[in-house]
Amino acid sequence: MFRKPLDLGLVVLIPVLFALAPLAYNNQLLLFNAMVFLALAQGINIIYGFTGYLPFGYVGFFGAGAYGASLTVMFLHLPAPVAVLLGGLTALALGLVLSPLLRLSGVYFAIASLAASEAVYYVIANPGLVNITKGPYGVSLDRVYSPEFSYLVMAVIVGLVTAVVVYLKRSHLGLSLKAVRDDPLSSETAGIDVKRQRMLAWSWSALFAGLTGAVFAWQISVFYPGTVFDPSISIFAIVFTLFGGAGTVLGPILGTVVLYGVYNLIGITEPQYFQLIYGVLIMVLVLFLPEGIVSLLKRGGANVL
Amino acid sequence: MSSEAVLTARDLGISFGNLKAVDGISLDLKPGEIMGLVGPNGSGKTTLVNLVSGLYRPDRGEVRLGGRKVTGLAPHHLARLGLNRTFQVPKPFHTLTVRENVELAAFYTRQEPHTAEKALEFTELAPLADRLAGSLNVGQQKLLDLARALATGPRILLVDELGAGLGPMELDQVAAKLLELAGTGVALLVVEHLLAFLNQLTSRVLVMNAGTRIFEGKLAAAAEDPLVVEVFLGG
Ligand SMILES: Nc1ncnc2c1ncn2[C@@H]1O[C@H](COP(=O)(O)OP(=O)(O)OP(=O)(O)O)[C@@H](O)[C@H]1O
Ligand SMILES: [Mg+2]
Repeated sequence: MFRKPLDLGLVVLIPVLFALAPLAYNNQLLLFNAMVFLALAQGINIIYGFTGYLPFGYVGFFGAGAYGASLTVMFLHLPAPVAVLLGGLTALALGLVLSPLLRLSGVYFAIASLAASEAVYYVIANPGLVNITKGPYGVSLDRVYSPEFSYLVMAVIVGLVTAVVVYLKRSHLGLSLKAVRDDPLSSETAGIDVKRQRMLAWSWSALFAGLTGAVFAWQISVFYPGTVFDPSISIFAIVFTLFGGAGTVLGPILGTVVLYGVYNLIGITEPQYFQLIYGVLIMVLVLFLPEGIVSLLKRGGANVL
Repeated sequence: MSSEAVLTARDLGISFGNLKAVDGISLDLKPGEIMGLVGPNGSGKTTLVNLVSGLYRPDRGEVRLGGRKVTGLAPHHLARLGLNRTFQVPKPFHTLTVRENVELAAFYTRQEPHTAEKALEFTELAPLADRLAGSLNVGQQKLLDLARALATGPRILLVDELGAGLGPMELDQVAAKLLELAGTGVALLVVEHLLAFLNQLTSRVLVMNAGTRIFEGKLAAAAEDPLVVEVFLGG
C-alpha cells in the first residue's frame, strides 16, 4: 500500500513532529488546533479532492463527534479514548443518515450539507433536550480532562487520516473516485459501483471529522453547541484544502501550515478581516488556481504526492 | 436459433413523458455477429443502447445475457457480466491518464491486468498512454471509449456512432478493428449513420423510426424497402 518511502515518512513523521513540537514551542493549544484543522482539511480532501463533493456543512460531523464523545463520557462513564471512538462512530452514523445528499450535485449538495449541519446544531442546542445534551448550556468533561493525552491521540488521528489519503492516492479506490467525479455514467460502464464508492469516501470523511471533534471536545473539555458547530470551522478547513491543493496528500498539509500560520501571526488581533480575506481567497483560488499551490510545484516539474 | 444468442432483448420499451422513445424493440445477437442499427435522428437508437446497457431501466420488456435475465441490473454489474458499450459523445475520465482510464475498467471488471495493455495496443492508443484523457481530440477520445470497453473483456459490445467525426482513413481502420473483434467472438451492435461504413461490417441491419422497428434484414434490401426509403428521404 505504501509504495514509496515518502508515503510512510509522511504518515509517521507528521504525527511525530506534532507530538514533539510542544517541547520546542509552548503554545500547545495552538499546536492542537493546527492538528484539528489539518485532520479536517484532509477529511475534506477525502470527499472533495477525490469525489468533487464540497461539504460546506462538514462541521456537522465535527460537532456530532464532539457530542457523541461527550454523551459517552457523561452517561456511559466510559474512558475518554472509547468516547473518542464512539464520537467518530456517531459522525459515521450521521454520514449514513445524510447519504441521500449524495444524489445532489455541485452547489445543491454544498447548500444541503450546510443546512443539514445547521439542523443537527439546532437539535442539539434545543433547550427541550437539556437533560440529554445540556441544550444551549454546553457540556463539561472535567472528569476526563487530560490535555496531554488528548493531544497525543489527536496526533495519532492526524497520522491515520494522512494514511487514508496516501492510500487513496495510491490505490484503485482513489483513482475510481476521481473517475466517478469525472463521469459517473462511464464509471458504471467501467464496472465501478458508483454509489458504493461515493459512500466509502463520504463515510471515511465523516468518520475523521467525528474523531477529530471528539478529541477536540476532550481537549477543551468545556464547550457550547456553537463552539463545535461553528460554520467557520468548515470554511477554514475548506480554504486550507483548496489553497494547498485538493486531491493530493501534501496540499492540505501545506495549506494548513501556511494559512493557519498566517492566521495566527496576524489574524488573532484582527479576526474580522480574516473572514473577508479567506472569503475572497476561496473565490480567487476557485477561479485562478483550482488545484492549489501544489499545482505550481507540478508545473515546475515536481512529482507531487 | 435464439438459444445460442449471447444477447436477447424482448419487446423493450421506455417513455419520457408522452414520448415513446423506444417502443417494443426485440433483437438477438450471437457470438461474433455484427448487427447494424440505423435510423434518423431521434429515432431511439441511443435510448435502446442505454436500455440494453442498464443506463435506463425499461418500462417494459426484458434483456437476457446467455439465458440469464438481467433487466434492471446496474451497468457495473452488466459490465462484469461481459456487456459493454461506447458513447455517442465520448465520456473519458478526463483528469486521468489514458492508461488509468483503461486500467480502472480492467480492474473493476476483474480482468487480468494485461487486458488493459492489450486494449491500448489494439486501439493504437499505447503511444498516448501517459497523456491526460482530457487532452485528446474527439477521435482519440472515441477510441479511448472503445479501449476502455474492451478492457472489460466484453462478450457483447454496443458501439454508438463510433464513425461520426472520423476521417475516411480512420473509418477504414476502425471498421477493420471491429471486424477483428467480431472474429474473436465478440457480438457487436453498431449504431451508425454512415451506411458505407456499416456496409463494410455487416449485411444485417435493424432500422428504427420513432422508437419502433420498421425493418430488419439485409442492408441492401433495406435500401429498397419503401418505408425505409420514405423515412430517410421523405421525412
Ligand atoms: N433522458 C431523456 N429524457 C427525455 N427524452 C429523451 C431522453 N433520452 C432520449 N430522449 C428522447 O428520445 C428520443 C430518442 O433519442 P435518441 O437519443 O435515442 O435518438 P437517436 O436515434 O440516438 O438519435 P441520434 O441519431 O441523433 O443520435 C429523442 O426524441 C430524445 O429527445
Ligand atoms: Mg444517438
